[in-house]
Amino acid sequence: MKKWNEFDYDIQRVISNQSIAPGSYILKFKKITPFLAGQVVALGISRDIEPRYYSIASGENDELISILYSERVEGQLTPMLSMLKPGDNLMVSKPFGTYTQVKPSPIFIAAGTGIAPFISMLMSNKAKGATLIHGARYTDYFYYSDYLENTLGNRYIRCCSRCEQGSLFVGRVTDFVKQWNDLDPERPYYLCGSAEMVVETRDILISRGVPVSNINSEIYF
Amino acid sequence: MVPLYGKTLEELKSIVLEEGLPAFSAKQITEWLYKHNAESIDAMTNLSKKAREQLSAKYTVGLVKPEKVTESADGTKKYLFPVLANRYVEAAYIPDKDRATLCVSSQSGCKMGCLFCMTAKQGFQGNLTAGEILNQLRSIPEFEKVTNIVYMGMGEPFDNLDNVLKSIQIMTSDWGMGWSSKRITVSTIGLIPAMKQFIESTSCHLAISLHTPFDDERKTLMPIQNVHPIVDVIAELKKYRFTDHRRVSFEYIMFDGLNDTPRHVKALVKLLNGLTCRINLIRFHPIPGSPLRTSPDERIIQFRDSLTSKGIFTTIRASRGQDIQAACGLLSTKALQEKGRQQ
Ligand SMILES: Cc1cc2nc3c(=O)[nH]c(=O)nc-3n(C[C@H](O)[C@H](O)[C@H](O)COP(=O)(O)OP(=O)(O)OC[C@H]3O[C@@H](n4cnc5c(N)ncnc54)[C@H](O)[C@@H]3O)c2cc1C
Ligand code: SF4
Repeated sequence: MKKWNEFDYDIQRVISNQSIAPGSYILKFKKITPFLAGQVVALGISRDIEPRYYSIASGENDELISILYSERVEGQLTPMLSMLKPGDNLMVSKPFGTYTQVKPSPIFIAAGTGIAPFISMLMSNKAKGATLIHGARYTDYFYYSDYLENTLGNRYIRCCSRCEQGSLFVGRVTDFVKQWNDLDPERPYYLCGSAEMVVETRDILISRGVPVSNINSEIYF
Repeated sequence: MVPLYGKTLEELKSIVLEEGLPAFSAKQITEWLYKHNAESIDAMTNLSKKAREQLSAKYTVGLVKPEKVTESADGTKKYLFPVLANRYVEAAYIPDKDRATLCVSSQSGCKMGCLFCMTAKQGFQGNLTAGEILNQLRSIPEFEKVTNIVYMGMGEPFDNLDNVLKSIQIMTSDWGMGWSSKRITVSTIGLIPAMKQFIESTSCHLAISLHTPFDDERKTLMPIQNVHPIVDVIAELKKYRFTDHRRVSFEYIMFDGLNDTPRHVKALVKLLNGLTCRINLIRFHPIPGSPLRTSPDERIIQFRDSLTSKGIFTTIRASRGQDIQAACGLLSTKALQEKGRQQ
């Protein structure tokens, strides 16, 4: 059976593939075509496995493209991605996707690697006045937290589902959104992550009076 | 025990060779499975007794009966099939004059997160195998009466392309059920790469969930619009030739005040210009907690007439099985909740 990864690929060399937390990596390769913050690329390693989609997690003006990904133990592609070394070949599509139009003062809500498009938007100076609510199981998985603390200050809210009581919100992003006193239904909401997180968060936002037209979602299917 | 139902001729060949049986027994097994509807390996009487015993040690036909059926006043029946651990999928049998359509599921749950969909609220549990897809057809009492099959139940068929293609191969092959591909329609939200592969490797009909021609609105309804915008889906479709033998249709759920205005008619006509296709307008079966409502009937009729007058063949899909929660995902969500309460 013909796999659809036979189409529209460039072969690129991996520049680095760094483990940043157990099972989480940042993969870098050279930017060949311009992209818009929020866009994705499809990555592949061999023609036998369907390519998978990844959000670009670097700024529009950076020379390298960064991809933030987590390894799925039973996955087809990510265990192979995690073994890539500098100089190895990678199949990379042109950037595509339209999760790129951000209104002023957005509220970004992400779980896990779903933070990637928002990092790109912030690094490209395209998200003035943004607030970010990020969910992760353990503190190790608050990717880019130094950068986010510096950039967003107290508009950076971390929800840690398996942390002890401390300075972070203990619970999932959905728990936070349910009880968030400052929730403003007029602001634009941008959600990104697994289908479960997006669907549940969207339902909570709707129940709290946010019109559906103010909710924009990207799902990592 | 590994189920044989849902295996292709190719796969059965490697099984029989592995078992040291003659290669031609693979063809015999396909005939028992897909033409004579055998329910057990023991019933495959032209295989030697030894071969049957040997196969039975590892394999089974693997048909699974529905656990529950609900019947609507209009004759629509909804079957609930167990799949995976404690999960269900739904198949809807819809008789209509001289035809009977079966709507099958391709996944348990779904990852696509469409705003109007109950299945989306279940999250994703897994892909169905080709056998589990075909079992929804084979294991209902009306099996012999089904004239058409539509992949419009739970899940996004093109997110499970390999198993969907395999099930179609079994349905349409000479060694399989021998159906014409004209009896099969697969519905997608528009995963472009998989859609291209489907168009190139089958001649079945294709249905696309469209729901609005406008980018912002479609993003609200269907997150996939961010990855594969509908204009790109349609540009791709325009590269192929669709005729009556191979139809492309668009599913359009009518939401009150959201996508049912003359502005939408105009944009739809522009979007679909140059593509031979039809549009099916569908009333929205409300789901709990949803802010969406179905358009009033008179507006739906008006919408159809406007599209028809602009040269787009448009039909209004009859609402079937409303009294048995026909909107896909409702019944299995309820079953899941009941199972949860029992545990
Ligand atoms: C638009 C878009 C952008 C994305 N961006 C990123 C990104 O920036 N970083 C990133 O890490 N990932 C991203 N993803 C997800 C990514 O494309 C892959 O799905 C992921 O990396 C897993 O790939 P894999 O081949 O290793 O696993 P797969 O082989 O696809 O699957 C792994 C295992 O998980 C199961 N599984 C798959 N999906 C689900 C699910 N939703 N729920 C439950 N079980 C499931 C499978 O059955 C399998 O057992 C994005 C996806 C999309 C659509
Ligand atoms: S409408 Fe179809 S693709 Fe969308 S969430 Fe429901 S089952 Fe999935």
